Amino acid sequence: MAQEIYIPSYKKVFEEAGNQVLFMFRFFRNIFRFDFEWNELVRQCYMIGYKSFPLVAITGFIVGFVMTLQAEPTMKEFGAESYIPRMVAVSLIREICPVIIALICAGKMASGIGAELGSMKVAEQVEAMEVSGANPVQYLVVTRILACVFMVPLLTIAAEALGLMGSYAGVNVSGHVSTTLFFNKAFTAIDFGDLIPSFIKTIFFGFAIGFVGCYKGYNSDRGTESVGIAANSAVVSASLWIIVIDGIAVQLTSALGY
Amino acid sequence: MSKETTAGITPGDNDTVIKITGLAKSFGTHEVLKDINLELHKEENLVILGKSGTGKSVTIKCIVGLLTQDNGEVKVFDEAVDKLSEDKLKALRIRIGFLFQSGALYDSMTVRENLEFPLRRVLKLSDKKEIDKRVEEILNGVGLPDAIDKMPSELSGGMRKRIGLARTMILKPEIMLYDEPTTGLDPITSKEISELIQSMKQNYHVSSIIITHDIACAKITADRLLVMDAGTIIAEGTFDELEHSKDKLVNSFFK
Repeated sequence: MAQEIYIPSYKKVFEEAGNQVLFMFRFFRNIFRFDFEWNELVRQCYMIGYKSFPLVAITGFIVGFVMTLQAEPTMKEFGAESYIPRMVAVSLIREICPVIIALICAGKMASGIGAELGSMKVAEQVEAMEVSGANPVQYLVVTRILACVFMVPLLTIAAEALGLMGSYAGVNVSGHVSTTLFFNKAFTAIDFGDLIPSFIKTIFFGFAIGFVGCYKGYNSDRGTESVGIAANSAVVSASLWIIVIDGIAVQLTSALGY
Repeated sequence: MSKETTAGITPGDNDTVIKITGLAKSFGTHEVLKDINLELHKEENLVILGKSGTGKSVTIKCIVGLLTQDNGEVKVFDEAVDKLSEDKLKALRIRIGFLFQSGALYDSMTVRENLEFPLRRVLKLSDKKEIDKRVEEILNGVGLPDAIDKMPSELSGGMRKRIGLARTMILKPEIMLYDEPTTGLDPITSKEISELIQSMKQNYHVSSIIITHDIACAKITADRLLVMDAGTIIAEGTFDELEHSKDKLVNSFFK
């Protein structure tokens, strides 16, 4: 007997897209009320940002280190070892660190937010907040999305710095390059055209991570199973959004001549 | 099944704080509420009895606007809930307290923070002395002054419900909606919670709807009872009237 394949109907896809737009509208409407709790925002920055720092730092360092070790033999073949600091710096800052760190943050932050809000929904805490007259979107959603918007760019900058240090460690595995020479060469290769677009991109990545995590958690169903589904789909959707935003950003920056 | 006679307690219309007429609500093809008509009067405890899945919780969720009805009208303080703007609904919700089955305490906050939350976020109080005074007062009211710095995970089921009730009562609501307040509790704690509900009426003069299938709770708290089955109200009366009902289903609750 032929197995039935589930294909989501177009109606459901449009319904989901409409709900996401409405949720985004609720977020922006609440953000301009300037009534969110600052303490909660700081707490979320600590939970989301500071607690992700070790993971991001190790990743950044290893990415720079491995990239250098992988590139070195080929660069040597062409007698272009001296270009390693420049190549690593530009690729880390323009593309690799923003995307990899955003994907790692999607895994850690979006799933965490999705699971936390999902379990609050299951335990009727979101409804309790709503019926008390408090605004759950303002307290739970706005603070978490803003925390992601603030912390993802900062974490990316930290990862880029550590990535360069990792690269410096990488070039010193097989030879000796002085710190001044390495960083001098790395920094001369970078200009504002590399830094600004990549920084702006990470703000959008942060928004996508926070928004998707909150949307999936806030709109999860009632059962405990839905908490897992919310966390999982938050990671998948946020990762997808990061790739899409990156594609658009690359097209935009090259069209603008950066 | 025939409808029982109306209870003796019938205060005048001007005493009505909640009036529901022809309430109907479906989820997909499943019709949960068919035709609910009820009134809650000032300083009255109205108990709604019914088996699980008969639409009791859906009814009270329509009262606070958590769910919107498909048909009929829900009026609270003479205002149709589904027609209120967001700000007006928020203002109305401050006048209505809702105790969830689980207590719904915020897990990441201590008991103190749970109680401070509505004061800071809803009433916008910032005076520390005033907040501390109200927190202390309400904790004494529910008999748990020592739980102030505990996390919800450190509390028993009964304590969670008491703190949940305290968090609701701290806003001094005029109406309280209790969603199965004694479910999952031992008989002694259930009795304590039921007596607490009764004391809330006496001390704070609130009007309450209590959803339950615990007959002991109903006996302690009810001024008037409604019995629901399959999305409709099948009987109404005082505890004594319904206890001697000839209706099989109604009678089964009292056995």
